[in-house]
Amino acid sequence: MSTEALLDVNTTSLAYIFTAILFIVGLKRLGSPATARSGNRLSSLAMLVAVLATVLGNDLMSWEWIIGGALVGSAVGAFSARKIAMTDMPQLVAVFNGFGGAASAVVAAAELVRLINAGDEIAEHVSITIMASVIVGSVTLTGSFIAYGKLQGIISTRPLLLPIRNVINVALLFGMIASTVWLVIDPSLTPFLIAGTIALALGILVVIPIGGADMPVVIALLNSYSGIAGAATGFVLGNTVLIIAGSLVGASGLILTRIMTKAMNRSLANVMLGGFGVEDGASTGGEEETRPIRSIQADDAAMMLAYAQSVIFVPGYGLAVAQAQHQVRELADLLKEKGISVRYAIHPVAGRMPGHMNVLLAEANVPYDELKDLDEINGEFSRTDVAVVIGANDVTNPSARTDRTSPIYGMPILNVDAAQSVIMMKRGMSAGFAGVQNELFFLDKTMMLFGDAKTSVEGIVSEIKDL
Amino acid sequence: MFDAEALIIALTVFVLAIFIGYEVITKVPPTLHTPLMSGSNAISGIVIVGALLVAGQAEGVLGQILGAVAIGLAMINVVGGFMVTDRMLKMFKRSGDRS
Repeated sequence: MSTEALLDVNTTSLAYIFTAILFIVGLKRLGSPATARSGNRLSSLAMLVAVLATVLGNDLMSWEWIIGGALVGSAVGAFSARKIAMTDMPQLVAVFNGFGGAASAVVAAAELVRLINAGDEIAEHVSITIMASVIVGSVTLTGSFIAYGKLQGIISTRPLLLPIRNVINVALLFGMIASTVWLVIDPSLTPFLIAGTIALALGILVVIPIGGADMPVVIALLNSYSGIAGAATGFVLGNTVLIIAGSLVGASGLILTRIMTKAMNRSLANVMLGGFGVEDGASTGGEEETRPIRSIQADDAAMMLAYAQSVIFVPGYGLAVAQAQHQVRELADLLKEKGISVRYAIHPVAGRMPGHMNVLLAEANVPYDELKDLDEINGEFSRTDVAVVIGANDVTNPSARTDRTSPIYGMPILNVDAAQSVIMMKRGMSAGFAGVQNELFFLDKTMMLFGDAKTSVEGIVSEIKDL
Repeated sequence: MFDAEALIIALTVFVLAIFIGYEVITKVPPTLHTPLMSGSNAISGIVIVGALLVAGQAEGVLGQILGAVAIGLAMINVVGGFMVTDRMLKMFKRSGDRS
């Protein structure tokens, strides 16, 4: 089955411009939670216009394959979008990044096959962009799946450091440059496959040394790569809508990457070299911690909260692991009934992807105007009676402000220590991801509530109900 | 297929689009960073256009298979990305308009 073009080239191009406008307006509407949903709808409308323009504007052969691929892809996408738990959103985004990169690489492969079959001479810039597309796409594919494995706990979340990994990475880089030169001189599938294989290996090697808590940066960066791979494919095909949409995604990922690294006061190079929290473990010195801490039970915490006037919750990855977001909202509702002011302080790198905590709390029906970012909330802690830290650690460590020898020195933190008193919910006394002890634990105002976050919050809720 | 002149135009479009992307996306608040990522995942599914072009023009079986695979992968991003973003954004409510 085949069809001939119904639209001429100019109409198709105009439709692509319309698509680009809709994407940009759609992203602009993501600027506020009130308009965001309509923005996402505009973007999906844009996609529909682009697909229709492409289908109607070109002579298409072999519809069976096209429809088959589209049906399978749509079914997989729809199924995973409906089934995924909000706590697992980082994994889903990681996998989707990977598929996006893979799609670009496969398109580049198909175009190369077509050009070779057609027997035309392949211009240099086409060879180069084909290589860019397959290399970025392949790195995105395997890098994303390693990130997925780490997030899902299939692969160790500890940074894995190969002894001569930098030598290997540089060798792989040279291999890719050499095969690109080869493809330019002698267009065939061999250099293409070599470069693709090297890029697949590179994706694994680049992500494997990076620790679990650095995943927000990795996912944001891979998000950017999936866009750049799309833009590169746009160069291969000479298609502007691919270039525009790919660049928008590339820019988005880069901005998020920068926000994440800034929030950790680390350079992108430092994150990508990996090993954070392993090599720097020295600053704890391995000495036994002997300073006293205060440990309390749920009933004490309930008393503190019930007689407070203002409370700030500080959620971290531990909240996601314990799936405690619904219990936290229930506790917040109880406190609000008593006329207590409740807000949430969200650090940019809390959780395993940018904005992870916000989505979890929104799922539990926490209104978004109670979710405050670092700059909005930091001045408020000193006027707050109780700060409740749930499964967050490094982002509350006051030594980031004072201890120059600390690996987290200079990282912007939530000023939890400025609150009148602090309830710290934690499984145990273990150090955070950075491998440093949290000075907050040893303050007189800090009460440690040990145990699973969900059980602890449930305990507090039932105690408050009994008061 | 396109020539050197078209390449320059494409580069111009690329650079301008990055600037627009930067301006628009820096205004997205941290609260919406996760939907931004899944939504931009969906937008990177625009490679469906490229997949349709190569699948539609493929002559050999290898080309057709590659085209179909590319379409499948891109559609996962498009359908999954937009649906999951909508699912998340639906949850964001202001205080007062809770059911």
